[in-house]
Amino acid sequence: MAGGDGVLKFHVPEPEVRPGGTPDFSNVPIPKAGSVPRPPVDVDPRQIRDLAYSIIRVLNRDGEAVGEWAGTLTDEELAEGLKHMMTLRAFDTRMLTAQRQGKTSFYMQHMGEEAVSCAFRRALAPGDMNFPTYRQAGLLIAGGYPMVDMMNQIYSNEADPLKGRQLPVMYASKEHGFFSISGNLTTQFPQAVGWAMASAIKNDTRIAVGWVGDGATAESDFHAALVFASTYRAPVILNIVNNQWAISTFQGIARGGSGTFAARGLGFGIPALRVDGNDYLAVHAVAKWAVERARRNLGPTLVEYVTYRVGAHSTSDDPSAYRPKTESDAWPLGDPVIRLKNHLIARGLWSEERHKQAEAEVLDTVIAAQKEAEKHGTLHSGGKPSTRDMFEGVYETMPPHLRRQRQQAGV
Amino acid sequence: MIEAIRSAMDVSMARDDNVVVFGEDVGYFGGVFRCTQGLQQKYGKSRCFDTPISELGIVGAAIGMAAYGLRPCVEVQFADYVYPAYDQIVSEAARLRYRSNGEFTCPIVVRMPTGGGIFGGQTHSQSPEALFTHVSGLKVVVPSNPVDAKGLLISSIEDPDPVIFLEPKRLYNGPFDGHHDRPVTPWSKHELGDVPDGHFNIALGKAAIRREGGDVTVLAYGTMVYVAQAACEEKGIDAEVIDLRTLLPLDLETIVASVKKTGRCVIVHEATLTSGFGAELAALVQEHCFYHLQAPIARVTGWDTPYPHAQEWDYFPGPARVGRALQDVMEG
Ligand SMILES: Cc1ncc(C[n+]2csc(CCOP(=O)(O)OP(=O)(O)O)c2C)c(N)n1
Ligand SMILES: [Mg+2]
Repeated sequence: MAGGDGVLKFHVPEPEVRPGGTPDFSNVPIPKAGSVPRPPVDVDPRQIRDLAYSIIRVLNRDGEAVGEWAGTLTDEELAEGLKHMMTLRAFDTRMLTAQRQGKTSFYMQHMGEEAVSCAFRRALAPGDMNFPTYRQAGLLIAGGYPMVDMMNQIYSNEADPLKGRQLPVMYASKEHGFFSISGNLTTQFPQAVGWAMASAIKNDTRIAVGWVGDGATAESDFHAALVFASTYRAPVILNIVNNQWAISTFQGIARGGSGTFAARGLGFGIPALRVDGNDYLAVHAVAKWAVERARRNLGPTLVEYVTYRVGAHSTSDDPSAYRPKTESDAWPLGDPVIRLKNHLIARGLWSEERHKQAEAEVLDTVIAAQKEAEKHGTLHSGGKPSTRDMFEGVYETMPPHLRRQRQQAGV
Repeated sequence: MIEAIRSAMDVSMARDDNVVVFGEDVGYFGGVFRCTQGLQQKYGKSRCFDTPISELGIVGAAIGMAAYGLRPCVEVQFADYVYPAYDQIVSEAARLRYRSNGEFTCPIVVRMPTGGGIFGGQTHSQSPEALFTHVSGLKVVVPSNPVDAKGLLISSIEDPDPVIFLEPKRLYNGPFDGHHDRPVTPWSKHELGDVPDGHFNIALGKAAIRREGGDVTVLAYGTMVYVAQAACEEKGIDAEVIDLRTLLPLDLETIVASVKKTGRCVIVHEATLTSGFGAELAALVQEHCFYHLQAPIARVTGWDTPYPHAQEWDYFPGPARVGRALQDVMEG
């Protein structure tokens, strides 16, 4: 604000409501489902600048799929998509409990954000590579990665594919197009661009996808990724998952004066879209659009998924200290699982009974995987990765100084 | 120790309007370890505030504020996340006084939790102190108890030069001697947990002797002070344990006097061995005490691997490993 008194004032953004207040998202403009047009993928980026400020939505309040972005998935694919999201949710519930029971040290859940990674995964082809954060396990679940291996990693047990070296949920699988997760925020974003540049250098057909949270867009790595993607027109999709919170910090701190996170792309000349992240159909449609652009050599796309982190940041966090407990109920975009379920019911493809049955089936599958994983141990009991494993893999060939240290450790 | 750190900032903010505190989740919430809890409420959002997740931005902005005349005391959420700020610290904060011939100075403090022992894996466990002691122009502080944490942090905030303030996170809730299978002793049961109210200083560059002894000198800092003490007790060795407290400037006088008395020296740190701060200590002891040494200097440190998750206690240089080194040095 221009101070008439000629004295400068320090500005710090604040969320609308804090604990004790009544959650209020009335300031979040939510366009009607189906109201945003779908441009051709080879559109001049300058003509779709407004897409960075709107929200692409397909599912309306009655569970109908409407508008130009609808219709990218078959009935079977939609039913399978629902199952993926339900599986991820059941997986999270079981692993949160396992952490509370002391079977592992740490866990991070996806509650409310299941549609983003589950639906996006469907738009990719074999060989494409994701550079994810810790909140995209849906890429693995929807990509058919064995749940038992995920659990083995979470338990740091003797069958952990990463040999106990990594914090729980920091998976890695080249075969499943899932780059090794780093605990250091945003480092993966320019790496995704580099992978895509390599694919272009080699006249390959594969594309890359970078993932980042709203808070982590503030790191310089984010801006470096955008400038490289823009300069080399890299075949990459740069995904921002705006779940409103970065631990205790609301999205306004990272967004600053930029109207939206998507709008960050505009200064780089990168087409930027905002999409309803709790709408499985919309996420898939936008992913498909961006994938096609990359594949057709039209360059990078920036996508902001508008969603909400319903759970705590991690098992080390208690959100009631910084946001109203009921805030997630007030979130205007609803729950992704319920919305897809209602859509399938509206289409006559699903019913409440089928859903209950599916819930039970999904839970059985997750429990079976968990039993299998626990045969190989949990963090503090049963089979463990060896101390030898700790010394392996620092280099391809162990140098003499490490061999000496391993000997000293007596393993 | 958390309350002591908070109190140091509180006292400093109350005494000097130029002291400002900021970092990720530091404002409203009060930090993920709650070290800044209540400061925003007490001093307002202009004095204590949340920042975007950019360590580079946090330190860069702190340097600019210091150039203006403020005294920023900023938090990096974990020492493992300081690397995006490394250029600002090394090329800028550390050299500003020198390159401008004192035209601009940089009285900032960069606080960060350091060290392992909490099953935090490789990105919540590192001990990067040697990356800072290698840089001319920085001071590096590692407190080992609440009283020191408060007195040293107040001195760091009042210091005219940039200070890297490393808080061993495993000590936040009590002294930890490496026996991870035993219950945690709270600070309330420890004499150095009784922190005086109000303002007091502990000078940078002064070590403390935590245990007097005649046969071997143990040089340690942070969590390793307690691990070393436990190892000496368990082995029944008459060791002198020195808590360095400040790595740079280093209290060489106290170290040299002790090693000349004991004739033996064991250095303990949690950070990796190669080019660790122990290498600097070993070189100094050798230079200053060579003719008094009765055995080679020994180092007990983390292994030269990234900090693992499952194998945390195989990695952590606990009392058993320190005890073995003490015995070897005594017999050697
Ligand atoms: C370089 C770095 N700085 C700080 C952290 C600590 N940290 C971990 S997650 C997180 C919040 C990230 O929020 P956001 O990007 O919005 O992702 P979300 O957790 O909401 O999915 C922070 C500050 C980190 N891991 N790495
Ligand atoms: Mg977020």
